[in-house]
Amino acid sequence: MLATASQRILGQSFQNIRPAVSVLRSYSSAAKQITVRDALNSALDEEMSADPKVFLMGEEVGEYQGAYKITKGLLEKYGPERVLDTPITEAGFTGIGVGAAYYGLKPVVEFMTFNFSMQAIDHIINSAAKSNYMSAGQISVPIVFRGPNGAAAGVGAQHSQCYASWYASCPGLKVLSPYNSEDARGLLKAAIRDPDPVVFLENELLYGESFSVSDEVLDSSFCLPIGKAKIEREGKDVTITAFSKMVGYALKAAEMLEKDGIYAEVINLRSIRPLDRSTINASVRKTNRLITVEEGFPQHGVGAEICASVVEESFAYLDAPVERIAGADVPMPYAANLERLAVPQIEDIVRAAKRACYRSVPLAATA
Amino acid sequence: MASAFSAAKFSAQPFPLNHTSTTSHDSSIVFAKPTSLFLGSTRKLRLTSSSKFNLSRRSGTVDAVSDVVKQKKSKSSPSLLITKEEGLELYEDLVLGRAFEDMCAQMYYRGKMFGFVHLYNGQEAVSTGFIKLLKQQDSVVSTYRDHVHALSKGVPARAVMSELFGKTTGCCRGQGGSMHMFSREHNVLGGFAFIGEGIPIATGAAFTSKYKREVLKEADCDHVTLAFFGDGTCNNGQFFECLNMAALWKLPIVFVVENNLWAIGMSHLRATSDPQIYKKGPAFGMPGIHVDGMDVLKVREVAKEAIGRARRGEGPTLVECETYRFRGHSLADPDELRDPAEKAHYAARDPITALKKYLIENSLASEAELKTIEKKIDEVVEDAVEFADESPVPARSQLLENVFADPKGFGIGPDGRYRCEDPKFTEGTAHV
Repeated sequence: MLATASQRILGQSFQNIRPAVSVLRSYSSAAKQITVRDALNSALDEEMSADPKVFLMGEEVGEYQGAYKITKGLLEKYGPERVLDTPITEAGFTGIGVGAAYYGLKPVVEFMTFNFSMQAIDHIINSAAKSNYMSAGQISVPIVFRGPNGAAAGVGAQHSQCYASWYASCPGLKVLSPYNSEDARGLLKAAIRDPDPVVFLENELLYGESFSVSDEVLDSSFCLPIGKAKIEREGKDVTITAFSKMVGYALKAAEMLEKDGIYAEVINLRSIRPLDRSTINASVRKTNRLITVEEGFPQHGVGAEICASVVEESFAYLDAPVERIAGADVPMPYAANLERLAVPQIEDIVRAAKRACYRSVPLAATA
Repeated sequence: MASAFSAAKFSAQPFPLNHTSTTSHDSSIVFAKPTSLFLGSTRKLRLTSSSKFNLSRRSGTVDAVSDVVKQKKSKSSPSLLITKEEGLELYEDLVLGRAFEDMCAQMYYRGKMFGFVHLYNGQEAVSTGFIKLLKQQDSVVSTYRDHVHALSKGVPARAVMSELFGKTTGCCRGQGGSMHMFSREHNVLGGFAFIGEGIPIATGAAFTSKYKREVLKEADCDHVTLAFFGDGTCNNGQFFECLNMAALWKLPIVFVVENNLWAIGMSHLRATSDPQIYKKGPAFGMPGIHVDGMDVLKVREVAKEAIGRARRGEGPTLVECETYRFRGHSLADPDELRDPAEKAHYAARDPITALKKYLIENSLASEAELKTIEKKIDEVVEDAVEFADESPVPARSQLLENVFADPKGFGIGPDGRYRCEDPKFTEGTAHV
């Protein structure tokens, strides 16, 4: 149930805010189904073919065809000088990528999961994000850090953390998180073309999911703007914000809520930094209720920032307290039943929506 | 006052001097010999970059090059290591580094400079010895002790001083500071506060040089990168990671260790299981050399060979320069742990006095010429201070500038347009 994208003149309506230069046009009827994996692969392929300065580096990106097969076929096509299998040295090769980006090459550094980026976080923050500022614009860093983020299935505490809020709090970075194939293609292309460091948070469980895409999305010049959220489903009773896998959950929750007469508006954030505060606030001013959904830890999370933004800008419009749905405040457990409890489920979103609409008794505050 | 000029230029002195003309060919003869001297067997084991099955281990012979140079100098024929012009250039650069850092200390205690300031006094021979051999397109990556590296590479003293004062005319418009000297024009890539952070950056710059040559087909791209870092950094993981990758991919980089024996208050010997850092090079398949870092001529000889190796595509080299910092770690360091006898020992080996002695003894320059240079440098440094003093502080609007190359990264404002398109955007506070 994708909202139709339509171009409107600026300032006329709060409903579908688009920048002056919008790439989205009306969808034709769904032309093709592609998986997120293929979307990412085709985006990398097209960008590498268009610009010889783009190269990939990471563990297993070459001969293994990618730990999650995202870079399949690229070594064969572009050769080992442009698709580099690195040793297991996140700090080292991330720094090498940043150093190459200082000189105008465009590395796409893959982290097998973003948990491993913690070994390289000094380079992401200190030498990538801050360099343009420290050098007063002399040295920009056109680098992309990409890989799966957040919980997978049964991978335990050290492989399941969501890094959206950590990276999104750092000035100088742009942080993107796609949901479907269209997002994956458009945002990855935008990230590679962008002259600043971009953290691109994918989701392992979405790689295999297929989505319909229009012909426009399949065109090699397709690109989505950074900083624009998308209203995946329009509604009037409650706003639900989400990113990555949680968008799918939110959409399913919205379907369930519709049966109960609650029409939820689902916003796919797409861009965590910069956050599209104007779309979110416009939506809240329309629906007067907000639920933020994310998989990561609750404290200082993305939802906390969205809540603060709405309270600052649209306080008078809120008819109910903002509900934050986040992962449990515990390291991810391994047991399958506990893991299910530690990650938001569709029912949690539905319940929260009903609470926000005063259709059920509010729960006591939990730790 | 004196006009600002780049440290790389100098005026030839019109003095008729009787001295045997020298060339620097002599030095290269030593190293062109069969490479048992210090390259070891690396020449035989030249591997292609696509070779994956490198089972033969390279063993670079490790030599104290200072011995080699000493041996050469004691030969009866008066073959000198440098020409007069080179000697004066080196002397000027050494004096500039020293005078500038001393002025920094003065300015700091007068409150004009603030924050963390790490001075390079005593280590000038390493910077001068290496960087004066580079071209403009070669790059230098340094640590927080980076003022003199920037000066040697050609960043004007005025720009560095202004940056230290936090003025908008600084090389980074006052946004970087003492520890973050960047210059696109002179290819100074920082200036990093975290130790070990610059090493992968330098390796990436070297990677770009190779990539430009091989993938982008810029056939003459032979740019070399120098990474400067200290003894403490040699225990850091990133150091080893980069030694491995640089040797693996044969990148045109020279890893220069400025071993001044102290990491703030931690003695190198207390922190390191095997304190001989140069030995770590051959473990990764590159030559490791130890050189007396208080002698600019010895450093220069080693640097020539290492930089030459990199330029020819033969891969990286690890050079350990034994040097010493005369001042504390930073201007806030009381420097109580170092033995005064040790300090005196190294003070006696001051690189500037050593070069002065060499120039005069070998009749390459007279006292008067050297005095002229010192006076000139004093004027340059004073002019830099004046310039920095009179420069304006950054405007308030500069706070939000240069965060992104594409400022759309600040997002979309309440009116639906990108924030950066609002002309009043940078006049606000930092809250976005």
